[in-house]
Amino acid sequence: MEYFLELSSSGLVRGSIYALIALGYTMVYGIIQLINFAHGEIYMIGAFVALIVSGVLTIYGFSGISILILAALIAVIYAAAYGYTLEKIAYRPLRNAPRLSPLISAIGMSLFLQNYVLLAQTPDFLRFPALIPDFEFMEPIAHIMGSPELVIVVTSAVSMVGLTVLIKYTRIGKAMRATQQDMTMARLVGVNVDNVISMTFIIGSVLAAIGGVLVGSYIGQINFYIGFMAGVKAFTAAVLGGIGNIPGAVLGALVLGLTEAYAAGYISSAYEDVFAFGVLVLILIFRPSGLLGKAVKQKV
Amino acid sequence: MVDNIKRSLLVALWFVFLTFPLMVVKVNTLKNIVEWRWINMLWVAIGSFVLSIVWRWAMERRQLKSKKAEQGEEESVKPGFGQRLLEDPKIFKPVLIVLALVTLVFPLVVDIYQANIMVLALIFVVLGLGLNVTVGLAGLLDLGYVAFFAVGAYTYGVLNSFFGFGFWISLPLGGLMGALFGIVLGFPILRLRGDYLAIVTLGFGSIAKIVIENWEEVFNGAKGIANIPRPGFFGAEMSIHTATTYTYYIMILMVLFAIFITNRLKDSRVGRAWMALREDEIACVAMGVDMARTKLSAYAFGAFWAGLAGVIFASRNTYINPNSFTFMESALVLSIVVMGGMGSIIGVIIAALVLILMPEYLRAFSEYRMLMFGAVMVLMMIFRPEGLIANVRRKYAGRKVVTEDANA
Amino acid sequence: MLEVSKTMAEPDNILLEVKDLTMDFGGLRAVDSVSLNVCPGEIVALIGPNGAGKTTFFNCVTGMYKPTNGAVMVHPPEGKSQKINGFKSNRVTTIGMARTFQNIRLFKNMTVLENVMIGRHCRTTTSIIGAILRGSKTRRQERETVEISYDLLEKVGLVDVADEFAKNLPYGAQRRLEIARAMATDPFLLLLDEPAAGMNPQETKALDELIVRIRDTEKISILLIEHDMKLVMNISDRIYVMEYGKEIAQGSPMDIRNDPKVIKAYLGEDSDA
Repeated sequence: MEYFLELSSSGLVRGSIYALIALGYTMVYGIIQLINFAHGEIYMIGAFVALIVSGVLTIYGFSGISILILAALIAVIYAAAYGYTLEKIAYRPLRNAPRLSPLISAIGMSLFLQNYVLLAQTPDFLRFPALIPDFEFMEPIAHIMGSPELVIVVTSAVSMVGLTVLIKYTRIGKAMRATQQDMTMARLVGVNVDNVISMTFIIGSVLAAIGGVLVGSYIGQINFYIGFMAGVKAFTAAVLGGIGNIPGAVLGALVLGLTEAYAAGYISSAYEDVFAFGVLVLILIFRPSGLLGKAVKQKV
Repeated sequence: MVDNIKRSLLVALWFVFLTFPLMVVKVNTLKNIVEWRWINMLWVAIGSFVLSIVWRWAMERRQLKSKKAEQGEEESVKPGFGQRLLEDPKIFKPVLIVLALVTLVFPLVVDIYQANIMVLALIFVVLGLGLNVTVGLAGLLDLGYVAFFAVGAYTYGVLNSFFGFGFWISLPLGGLMGALFGIVLGFPILRLRGDYLAIVTLGFGSIAKIVIENWEEVFNGAKGIANIPRPGFFGAEMSIHTATTYTYYIMILMVLFAIFITNRLKDSRVGRAWMALREDEIACVAMGVDMARTKLSAYAFGAFWAGLAGVIFASRNTYINPNSFTFMESALVLSIVVMGGMGSIIGVIIAALVLILMPEYLRAFSEYRMLMFGAVMVLMMIFRPEGLIANVRRKYAGRKVVTEDANA
Repeated sequence: MLEVSKTMAEPDNILLEVKDLTMDFGGLRAVDSVSLNVCPGEIVALIGPNGAGKTTFFNCVTGMYKPTNGAVMVHPPEGKSQKINGFKSNRVTTIGMARTFQNIRLFKNMTVLENVMIGRHCRTTTSIIGAILRGSKTRRQERETVEISYDLLEKVGLVDVADEFAKNLPYGAQRRLEIARAMATDPFLLLLDEPAAGMNPQETKALDELIVRIRDTEKISILLIEHDMKLVMNISDRIYVMEYGKEIAQGSPMDIRNDPKVIKAYLGEDSDA
């Protein structure tokens, strides 16, 4: 039973992280039908920026929670800037191109960003400082769920609630929903579609960066390649939930996170990634619209 | 112009900001040292300023071009230099003869190291030609192409280490295994839309690697399979040097074979169906083309070449392990196809040679090669989606000519 | 007009027989038990206001959608009668019903000739191996394909642009190319989805003649969806009218012109008829 709880907790943590990244995929896909292959790289860059900032701050004598907050803040700002620039360079010129063109461009961007970080920093793993403090009240159940896990789950939950509020009640949220429904129509009624798309990339990047900071601090080490696998898995989660569907992405991420945790715990951790991909392949083949997505008939 | 410079200055400033933490700061979290590399900031500023100006200029040209196309002023009236080169027999023939001679004597005048690299480049030419059918002709974006390459290599490796199969038996078997896997994996994903297909194939590629890594009994796991024999010649003993030269000629033959076959297919009933499928799936099926069969054949055909190339790869290296079959290899082959111009055979050959040989000969370049590939993929999509050498469609002889032909 | 009254009598040989065809999308009934027949040598038009379900009807008949209910029967001139509900569209085409699309779907980056050659796909048999070996049978088929395709291009007046990319053709020519491509599949019935959409009056007139010529010289029957009333009234032998997924009238152009239901539903809003 305890083992089960441990696995559940670990699955929940994974799921929360996947959810943070998956939201970026799903929002972008919802609006411009593009698999933003480089999204995982934004997450990785977020983690790197946080590591660098916290490293610098530690050396200059800052400590504790102030490092965490500053590092996260700067990481988020940078991720947003990268996401914005990425869209402007690699996707905007291809908005009316055949469907595969922006996807290939996205793959190119992903390779570029990975190797940019590799060359600018290092190909090796870097130790990531444990930024999340240990809470005393978590002591009794620390063997099942420690403070970092709690922080990850709570932060993700809060981010997602924030996103929902943003999309439901703000002006930009309304514009995003309108653009998602019908881009041409939204433009006609005066929505600045370019801004909406930029905003979507920015919001998605912010969430991914939060994920990056949390993961770095939780796992304790990062390298330039962490974005790739996390990106693929988050994308899996987004598809699993029904791509373009925001609650779906969260649900898909949790399902995927738990599945992976149980599979790794009860079957074999070597094949962990196979399970994730297996889920993806099966979902795409048998229910390409995902758990919560609506089946769309292709227009002839 | 002033406006241009002003804007480019702003862009440069933006990129200085953007790259600041990653390019300038470097922390060592173990020793708690920060290294400030201010000189990088200067490079970023200059680099992004220049690139921004070039970018602006290129974008303007691009817009002009698309405006012209809209007004019906097709610029296709004057064919590009490359195309003229290919069409004019006066230039084409001597170039071909010189090329053939160079190709023939190449391994005899260079050392074994160079010949070996050339073999690798030729392997990627074959891979490029194969993927070119799947992606370039049929429009099925396959991000896990390396899986079939691995199938071929491991077919030879496993058959050899368990049953002592030689190269020449394994070669066709590797190709067939590749095609078989292409069909088996292709079957369930036929109905998927293009971008979903890309991701699923990426998944297949990764699964293949994980399985190889973990299935110790058959594939020897991460340790890989060693002592794979080089191609044999009726059991003759060969020095490494001769064997390499021999492999080189085998590879040349295989490239010619691949060119010959893809060329024939391109302008055939099958090739046209592939292209039609790429252009418009719904219309293609409505014109009586069986989608499942057409897609599978394109997928399997591409996989077949990857299988063949895999066998040769195993015999060239005499050692294989899972690390040779990562997503990077898939991405590499894909950038060869994208750069060469989807569907264009000559373009793919040139791109493969350039992309494989350049990092080998320009050491400085090799570090940056994946970075450049990424950038090239983006830039190609934006500025030259048809590739360096655009695919030229065949013109069929007019009816009169054909009837004469038939009567003759 | 004489011809019209002749075909009014229900003939005993029918090519396409649609009975009570119904198509639901979720809760929405796009086509509600529509029946329709096409006989040899006929030009039949299907008209109705936008959103009446005409294209959906077409898609059900040509295998793009699987109808919820009803039967689509074909009685080819040669070959056996069969129910083709749920057949994939390539099979429907192989049986002998070819279509064009409302929003032109050409193979844009292939030449005009190649577009037509694709139509021959289902009438030829070259396999991968055959294409590689390029034996005498393959060469003969290929020659025939080119020849037939040139013939068709001549018929629709596109021979001069055979080597152009399809995307470079003007709009009207693209529509004609779609017709030629569909004809290359050797159909007994041609289904045209708004062939005159976006054409100017001269082009429409030429199209009008082309469609009649196809029926008369190629012996291909035609079912078309059209908004251009002049064209429909000019060339159709019989007309079916749909509104909100239901069939509200059928008959000769004369009958339809005078049908109060049709006038109310459709022509009343559209005064150019």
